[in-house]
Amino acid sequence: MSGEIAQAFAKAKARGEGVLVAYAMAGDPDLPRSVDVFAALVEGGADIVEIGVAFSDPIADGPVIQGASERALKAGSTLKRVLDEVVPEVRRRCPQTPLVIMTYVNVVMAMGEERFAKLARERGVSGAILPDLPPEESADLRATFDAAGLDLIPLCAPTTPPARAEAIARDARGFVYCVSVAGVTGMRAELPPDLSQRLDLVRRASPVPVVAGFGISTEEQARTLAAHADGVVVGSALVRAAHADGPQAAKALCANIKRGLKR
Amino acid sequence: MTTETTVGRFGRYGGRYVPETLVPALLELEEAYAKASADPSFGEEVARVLKEFVGRPTTLTPARRLTEAWGGAEVWLKREDLAHTGAHKINNTVGQVLLAKRMGKKRIIAETGAGQHGVATATACALFGLPCEVYMGALDVERQALNVFRMRALGAVVKPVESGSRTLKDAMNEAMRTWVSQVADTHYVIGSAAGPHPYPTIVRDFQSVIGKELRTQALAAFGKLPDAIIACVGGGSNAIGALHPFIGDKGVRLVGVEAGGHGLDSGQHGASLTLGTEGVLHGSRSLVLQDADGQIQEAHSISAGLDYPGVGPELAYLAKTGRMEVRTATDDEALAAFYEVARMEGILPALETSHAFARGRELARELGRGKHLVINCSGRGDKDVATISARGVPPPVGVKA
Ligand SMILES: Cc1ncc(COP(=O)(O)O)c(C=O)c1O
Repeated sequence: MSGEIAQAFAKAKARGEGVLVAYAMAGDPDLPRSVDVFAALVEGGADIVEIGVAFSDPIADGPVIQGASERALKAGSTLKRVLDEVVPEVRRRCPQTPLVIMTYVNVVMAMGEERFAKLARERGVSGAILPDLPPEESADLRATFDAAGLDLIPLCAPTTPPARAEAIARDARGFVYCVSVAGVTGMRAELPPDLSQRLDLVRRASPVPVVAGFGISTEEQARTLAAHADGVVVGSALVRAAHADGPQAAKALCANIKRGLKR
Repeated sequence: MTTETTVGRFGRYGGRYVPETLVPALLELEEAYAKASADPSFGEEVARVLKEFVGRPTTLTPARRLTEAWGGAEVWLKREDLAHTGAHKINNTVGQVLLAKRMGKKRIIAETGAGQHGVATATACALFGLPCEVYMGALDVERQALNVFRMRALGAVVKPVESGSRTLKDAMNEAMRTWVSQVADTHYVIGSAAGPHPYPTIVRDFQSVIGKELRTQALAAFGKLPDAIIACVGGGSNAIGALHPFIGDKGVRLVGVEAGGHGLDSGQHGASLTLGTEGVLHGSRSLVLQDADGQIQEAHSISAGLDYPGVGPELAYLAKTGRMEVRTATDDEALAAFYEVARMEGILPALETSHAFARGRELARELGRGKHLVINCSGRGDKDVATISARGVPPPVGVKA
C-alpha cells in the first residue's frame, strides 16, 4: 500500500471533512497548462488528485471527458510524457497531495505493466484507476502494483450484486470507487435513490475508505453523499469548468464542493 | 475441437475488459447462453428460423469459369450472399435476438460498419417484435446510404456517431456506452466475433452453421473435405463461422484475408492480424492496430466492414498458432476481384468478400489441379454499388467498342 492515500483520508477525517478526489485531464489544453489546472484543484481544496491520461477509445467516458481526451491527444499527451512532465511538476507544486493515475488498461499494457508501476511510483504516484479492468482480469496487475507499492483502486457499480461488491471491497487497495450511476462519466441532475444504501453496504465490507463518483457536480450532492461515503470524486464538472473558464473556475468549483463535504 | 484454453480465453487472447457495470450483464448472458445451448428447443427454434426465414442452407456453388481461368484447384463458393438480407450477419442476429427474448430483454442495440450487421439486426428485431437502435459511424452513414435506408425502413433507429474516426470502432464505443446506461433491459447484439467474453464464443457458435453446412455439402459434392477454405477477416465472424468446424481437420488449410487498404507500408489498412500488436480494444485482449503509446489507430479499407483496427480473439489465436494462414488484399485488388467475379460467375460480391476472392487465384494455383478450394462468399455487393461505381465502370466484355 502506498500509505499516502490512507493518510489523506485520515487527515480529512480528523478535520471532520469528507475527502474530495478531483479529476482533470493531463494535456488539456496542453501538458504545461494542465499542471496549472491540477494545482488549482489542490488550491481549491482537493485532497487527492486524479490525473487522467487520455486514451483514443474511452468507453467509460461521457462527452465532456471524451472531448478532453481528444484535446489531450492532439496536444501530444502520452502516459510516458504525463509521468515525465506533468506528475513531477504537480508533485513539486503540491507535495502533500496524493496523485492517482486514471486511464484505460491498454495504455498501461502498451508501456508494460511493471515498467509503468515502477516509473509511476518513482515519480510519486500513489495509485491507479483503470475503469475497463474488472476484478476477473485484475489479479496479475494488482500483484505487480503491490510489488511496486502502487495501489490498484477498484470500482464497484450499481449493477454489482452485494456479495460481489463485498469481495471487491475486501481486495481493494487505496479506496473503493463506487460508481454512482449505471452509465458513463458526466454530470447528472439527480443521483439514484438507492445510492446511499449501496454505499453503506460497501462501506461495511471495506477495510479501506469508500468514495462515490460519476455524475457529481454540486455542493448539495456532496453534502448528501458525505453521510454515506468517505468522500466524492468530481471529474466532468471540473474538466468542463477548466476548459470553459480556466483553472480558477475549477478551483472555485472545488472550494464549493468541499464546503458540502464539511460535517 | 475447441481453441478455448480456459473459459473465455484463447491462449493469451480474449477475456472481459469492460467497466464493472457491464460485468454482471456479461455473466448473465453467459449463463443464459449456456442454458439455451443445453436446451434442445432453443437450437431447434434457431434452426427453424434459419430455414424458414433466412433460407438456409445456403448453396455450395461450383465456380466453373474461375476454376478454368485460374488454372489450379477446383473453386467452390459457399453462398452466404444468398442468405436473407444478403450476408452471413443474419445467422448471428437471429440467434442473439432469440436469446435476448429468452432473457426477457425489452430492447436491442447494435453497432454496424458496412450496415450489413445493422440491417440483419433490424431485420431480426422486426421479425421478433423488439425495438432496435443501431450505432453507426457518421462516415459509414454517408458511404452506406442504402443500408441506412434499409435499417430505417425496417423500423430501426440509426444513430450516427460523430466521435473519433467516425467509423466502426467509434460506433462500437458508443454502443458500449449506451449499453452501460441501459444494461438492465437491453441486449447488445455485437456483430462480429469480437468484444468481451462471451460474445466471441456466442457469435462463433451462431456463425458455425456456415462451416457445418459446408462440411456436409463438400462431402456430397466432391466426396471429401475441401483442401483449403478462404474467408475475409474484419472482426472475424464469417471467417470463424466458416473455418471453426474444420480446425481439427489437419488436411484443410484455413486462410484469412485482411484489408490491405492502400498497402501494408502505407499505414492505411485494416491488417490487425498481420501488423497488429497485443492490446485491449472493445473488451477483449487481441491483436490491434495501435501506436507505441497504446492509442488505437484508425484503420482504412475500401470496405466499411473491414475498416476495423481490431480482430476477434479466437482469430488472433488461430493466426498466432499458425493454424490459420493470414494474407492481405489491397483496395485495388479487391476492386479488381469484384469485377472478375461479377463477370465470370454472375455474382456481385460485397467489397469485404472481394478481398477473399482477390487471393483466390494464387491459392488455387498453389493447391493445383484435383484439389478443392472453397471461398466463403460472405455477402453480396449491392450495398457497395455507390462506392464502386464512383470509380468508374470498366468497359463491358465481349462487345466491340
Ligand atoms: C459481407 C460482409 N463480409 C464480411 C464482413 C466482415 O465482418 P466479419 O469479419 O465479422 O465477417 C462484413 C461486415 O460488415 C460484411 O458485411
